[in-house]
Amino acid sequence: MGFFDKLFGGSKNSGSVAKERLQVVLIQDRVKMPPGTMNKIRDEIIEVISKYVDIDTEGMEISLTKSARQSRLVADIPILRSRQNGRR
Amino acid sequence: MNFFAFFILLPSPFCLKLERTWIIMSATIMTITSGKGGVGKTTATANLSAALAAKGYKVVAIDADIGLRNLDVVMGLENRVVYDLVDVVDGVCRIKQAMIRDKRIEGLYLIPAAQTRDKNAVSPEDMIALCDQLRDDFDFVLIDSPAGIEQGFKNAVAPADKVIIITTPEVAAVRDADRIIGLIEAEEQGPGELIINRLRPDMIKRGDMIGIEDVLDILAIDLLGVVPDDESIITSTNRGVPATMENHSVASQAFKNVATRITGETVPFLDLETQETFLQKLSKFFSSL
Repeated sequence: MGFFDKLFGGSKNSGSVAKERLQVVLIQDRVKMPPGTMNKIRDEIIEVISKYVDIDTEGMEISLTKSARQSRLVADIPILRSRQNGRR
Repeated sequence: MNFFAFFILLPSPFCLKLERTWIIMSATIMTITSGKGGVGKTTATANLSAALAAKGYKVVAIDADIGLRNLDVVMGLENRVVYDLVDVVDGVCRIKQAMIRDKRIEGLYLIPAAQTRDKNAVSPEDMIALCDQLRDDFDFVLIDSPAGIEQGFKNAVAPADKVIIITTPEVAAVRDADRIIGLIEAEEQGPGELIINRLRPDMIKRGDMIGIEDVLDILAIDLLGVVPDDESIITSTNRGVPATMENHSVASQAFKNVATRITGETVPFLDLETQETFLQKLSKFFSSL
């Protein structure tokens, strides 16, 4: 990390970049999931949930995390409003 | 704004861990492996073997990297190789004839790898049979595994009571270590114990290296030791004298600590990341080289 990066907080430390990249690649290795699969999962989740509620697809986050040697898929989906009830 | 969150648990491929039980057991057979090459398997094998022998244990180091013999030069015993591992397996010689006695430390022996054969010259069953022959005569058998996950790795791991995984705090090395942990768990020989090699506390402090806690977090296995990056390892390898045999460098001390932990004693970990005093000592040490 260069001096100016540090000064302006422009980029992350390479150590944390390495950790994040490792976490992602290991989850794919461990569940033997091809790289494109995450996007497919995301699209299908949007499709299913959109049937019932309006969701903010821009603000949606799907990530794989792990605790010990177990992987966990976490989806965080902001809801705009319920489709059936309108505004409550 | 409402948030709708849900969790899906993915089935972990690692469920059952069965402990291997041995009826007759004197020697502990330990395999040092890593997946990735060049992270320090051979160096660790040489240094741990020497450190254990220096503690008074009877130790034999086996080079299982057939075709790429290296442990003999790292230990400085290359001029005394007559027979090798494949000769023993093929019945060309007796196991005792292939063992080179290290004259510098009482109770240290090496069985070198064959240089002119390939990994298929030995099977996992051969390795188990060979190690069983050594059990009664030794306290520790240390096997230096070749890199990779093929035949040579399988040969090296098959007889192990305990697998030691060595990695460096780098993306590629940690990824390979994870793969190895998965494989040995699948063979019910896991989860193994971890040595983090070639750590640079100064880089961790700057945030430019993955830290010890991060590596442990990712790999989720027990830590056996942390060995800092140290020029003394290169200079001692140049001379063919394992660092634990001659000097008092940080890496040498770290390997000695690992050896002590292997014997069942508890040694506190050198807190390389946070202890200011130690860091100062370490940087003094580095600048004095």
